[in-house]
Amino acid sequence: MEVELKRMLTDLQNLKTSLSDPSHQASIDQIRLCVENLTSLAMAGPTRRTKVKDMSAEVVDSNPYSRLMALQRMGIVDNYERIREFSVAIVGIGGVGSVAAEMLTRCGIGRLLLYDYDTVELANMNRLFFRPEQVGMTKTDAAVQTLSEINPDVVLESFTLNITTVQGFETFIASLKNKSFRQEKEGTGVDLVLSCVDNYEARMVVNQACNELNQTWMESGVSEDAVSGHIQLLIPGETACFACAPPLVVASGVDERTLKRDGVCAASLPTTMGVVAGLLVQNTLKFLLKFGNVSPYLGYNALKDFFPTMAMKPNPQCSNGACLERQKEYMLIKPARDAAAKAKMEEELSTIEIPIHADNEWNISVVDDCDANIVNTQSSDALPEGLVHELPNADVYEQQQPTTEESIENVDDLEDLKRKLEALNAH
Amino acid sequence: MRVSEPKKGTTLRFKTESCREIIILRFLSLGLELRTTMEGWDPTTKSTLTQIPLLTVKAGPRDGAAWTQRLKEEYKALIAYTSMNKSRDNDWFRISAANPEGTRWTGKCWYVHNLLKYEFDLQFDIPVTYPATAPELELPQLDGKTHKMYRGGKICLTVHFKPLWAKNSPRFGIAHALCLGLAPWLAAEIPILVDSGMIKHKDDAVSTSEA
Ligand SMILES: [Zn+2]
Repeated sequence: MEVELKRMLTDLQNLKTSLSDPSHQASIDQIRLCVENLTSLAMAGPTRRTKVKDMSAEVVDSNPYSRLMALQRMGIVDNYERIREFSVAIVGIGGVGSVAAEMLTRCGIGRLLLYDYDTVELANMNRLFFRPEQVGMTKTDAAVQTLSEINPDVVLESFTLNITTVQGFETFIASLKNKSFRQEKEGTGVDLVLSCVDNYEARMVVNQACNELNQTWMESGVSEDAVSGHIQLLIPGETACFACAPPLVVASGVDERTLKRDGVCAASLPTTMGVVAGLLVQNTLKFLLKFGNVSPYLGYNALKDFFPTMAMKPNPQCSNGACLERQKEYMLIKPARDAAAKAKMEEELSTIEIPIHADNEWNISVVDDCDANIVNTQSSDALPEGLVHELPNADVYEQQQPTTEESIENVDDLEDLKRKLEALNAH
Repeated sequence: MRVSEPKKGTTLRFKTESCREIIILRFLSLGLELRTTMEGWDPTTKSTLTQIPLLTVKAGPRDGAAWTQRLKEEYKALIAYTSMNKSRDNDWFRISAANPEGTRWTGKCWYVHNLLKYEFDLQFDIPVTYPATAPELELPQLDGKTHKMYRGGKICLTVHFKPLWAKNSPRFGIAHALCLGLAPWLAAEIPILVDSGMIKHKDDAVSTSEA
């Protein structure tokens, strides 16, 4: 465009000198001015804002954080600017993860770690975030491109890898442990891990990593028929881990027998994914900035607009070894934690003298935590309405005692067995 | 179809002296449970499945010596399954470990449709959470050719596979995944892919010029 405008200016100049009639001079000058203006506009290109040092609460249209800082002025959040200290890892940059990443970026999160091994395809365009011109790029690269334009203040780190492989898992663990962003932080280098993957296998891997690292995380999922979803908070040792019980999903109410699966793996809708991403990031903001109630489990049934909630205690017989270790640690610190929580509650109660809204027009009451649906994973407690287990429990199965059978097995040599299979394969 | 799962108390337990009897009875107990959860599977798959040895060591690729023990069991099950297929004249795959740790496997699988053999590369990694989760089987040459596939050529398993795997973890291994996951997938998808022209037989060009 710049080249064409330049040529136009030259043409105008030539026209002006070649015209003998001075009456046209004024209009030619006017056109020239116009073209010069267009040129300077074209030269400026898309405007990229520069980084800001401090989040300002000043209400001017050039301040990207004014509406967020207003949350603090209104008393919803104590200290919004703390958001810049937090690191959030997002595993899976698909229909939910990419939107969650954009929301956190616009909120001014300190640092985002993005994990995915996939590339952007045209088939992704029914979902939000990615654009057709990004087809072929890795999802992590495309996300970094868009997010850094939206908010250059956010530190973005991307990892193009598959966390379920042994090698990918090691890199995943090491990246979560890395504390270079905020050295004084206790525990790992991240404040929260968000699982936005689309399959059970990858969720179990995030669960494994977070149990080993004692890292709090949130799970999210959208059903394969695209009409239900859920988010879940997992605190190792304190709440059920992802392996403590078969995964809990929202019953869509569609009969499995009438669901036609021929020719397709999964359906998806930008709406359901957007709703779930919104619920996930809302819970994330409440968890990080300490406001409102952080939901332990929140389901979404799109067909009935029904939102079931519940909480799950860890399973003392969980098949995950790291989960059992975290449970033991939690039991040790539990009495001290309970005492501190009680003292804090009493202190808060003594400061509240009169109810803020005396008339309570909407008949809203505060529900005590004890009344929530808390389900024991090891018992066969009935699940809250609208929730079902996605998979059955593993059968009770006793590991073999070291018997004569095992001693015979130990005689087997791995190389021998390999050769035997290769011999079979050769024919 | 969703079938109510049996109560934990109904799991059969046996006490016998001879190892042989234990094994036979364990198959029987699996068979009983399969009747409640295996609706939707064809009779051949069902009968084949019960004859693949079950595994006992619950160990994944990060578990050191225990993983080596598990690998031995994987080989035994694969040897038994391959031998069985050969004896029944239903040989349909080759698979071997692609690295010394036994965490990556590569090979071939094939399917005969209208008397023509269609062969594909087969590959998968053993996930870090194995055997709680099954390996994700990949047919990279068919990536992008069918909707019954996730990116990277990972086959889309039926609604019946994951519940059965979860229920039988850690007793199912690679051989079971091939029998329950890949075999039914090939039987369902290859005829469609061939008939729709998405895949061509390797000799197709030759045979048409001869004709
Ligand atoms: Zn657990």
